[in-house]
Amino acid sequence: MLDVATGVLLAIGCVFVVSGGLGVLRMPDFYTRIHAAGLTDSAGATFILLGLLLQAPDWGVGVRLVLIVLFMLLTGPTATHVLAQAGRKDNVHIWHAGEKRR
Amino acid sequence: MATFELINIALLGILVATAIVITRMRALYGAVMLAALFSLVSASMFVLLDAVDVAFTEAAVGAGISTVLFLTTLAITRSREAQTPRRRVLPASLGALFTGGMLLYASQDLPGFGTADSPVQEHPITHTYLEESQHEIGVPNTVTSVLASYRGFDTLGELAVIFTAGVAVLLILTYLPRQSEEAERAALLLTDYPVLRVVSTILMPFILVFAFYVQFHGDYGPGGGFQAGVIVAAGFVLYGLVFGLDSGRRVMPRRVLLALVPLGLLLYAGVGVVNMLLGGSFLEYGTLNLHHPEEGQHIGILLIELGVGVTVAAVLTVVFFAFAGRRVPR
Repeated sequence: MLDVATGVLLAIGCVFVVSGGLGVLRMPDFYTRIHAAGLTDSAGATFILLGLLLQAPDWGVGVRLVLIVLFMLLTGPTATHVLAQAGRKDNVHIWHAGEKRR
Repeated sequence: MATFELINIALLGILVATAIVITRMRALYGAVMLAALFSLVSASMFVLLDAVDVAFTEAAVGAGISTVLFLTTLAITRSREAQTPRRRVLPASLGALFTGGMLLYASQDLPGFGTADSPVQEHPITHTYLEESQHEIGVPNTVTSVLASYRGFDTLGELAVIFTAGVAVLLILTYLPRQSEEAERAALLLTDYPVLRVVSTILMPFILVFAFYVQFHGDYGPGGGFQAGVIVAAGFVLYGLVFGLDSGRRVMPRRVLLALVPLGLLLYAGVGVVNMLLGGSFLEYGTLNLHHPEEGQHIGILLIELGVGVTVAAVLTVVFFAFAGRRVPR
């Protein structure tokens, strides 16, 4: 039962990681690309670590995994935010449908 | 076994691809980011080889602090690689090919990956390190007993190298003019990111606590003075970047930092001198506690790791602040 839950969570995490990587390659401009990259860090890593949490052999490992999840949830979005803000300050324009991809 | 080899091959493939892309890149900011990726992938390979201490150092130094130092260097120079004249490309590539060929040729003499009859496995010193170090030194992490006790003299040399490098960088950078405060503020735009400030404030205590954990837990798990020093320095660099160099200098005045640079090295060498005064040889920590040499080993390793941590942290912080406060006259 626990193994099945772990497998499902890991699979969801992998889908997020792969779609994040795909998004970085396929999205048309800077802002949409960092949005995809942020997905890898927050959603992908969180689901993978939650899946691993179900397999934790003792409290010590579990607490460490929770701390890593919290750390990722704090730093990932911050990094994405700073990148977007820096792009805005640097006058990187937002892509609109129909334009050429940059 | 097949999975292990597949992961190794994939990582090696990423490593080679990254290296090739770095050499072809002209935009140096991108090259610095890829160099960080290169370090991170090599750190993963070290983890696969069960060399967690090395992986830790590689991740902290290669992917962490040296990326920041590269970026601050690029901020005071040009960030685009100059075109090499065509007539200089040929001799340089011949030299590179020759060196690479020699290295490949020399690698034929290395023992195969994981073979049982390699000198590493057969030499009696391996037995000493892995079996007897638990009685002689009593530190669970064998890497720490080898690094800090059996080969303490080598580690002292490494620390002296870091000290010398720090002094050399400071001597060179002293000749560059200081930036005016306005230019400094303009150069470090990170100061007006409120979200970044809040998150850094939350994370800062954890970074420093983690550094102390790595420093003093190095006897029991991966870690030690080198890694802890880098983490402390990374904390100060983050603080300086996010809150401005002036606030950074207020937290850690330059005079204190400059005093800490030699202090760690002196602490390390001083332990050795004390050992000699107590009747042992240089860095023979057992003499620190005459009745329980093992206790003496523990105290000695703790002190010299502290020396390593202090000098590494001080050198890296002082180098960052020196870089970030200068500009090159053009």
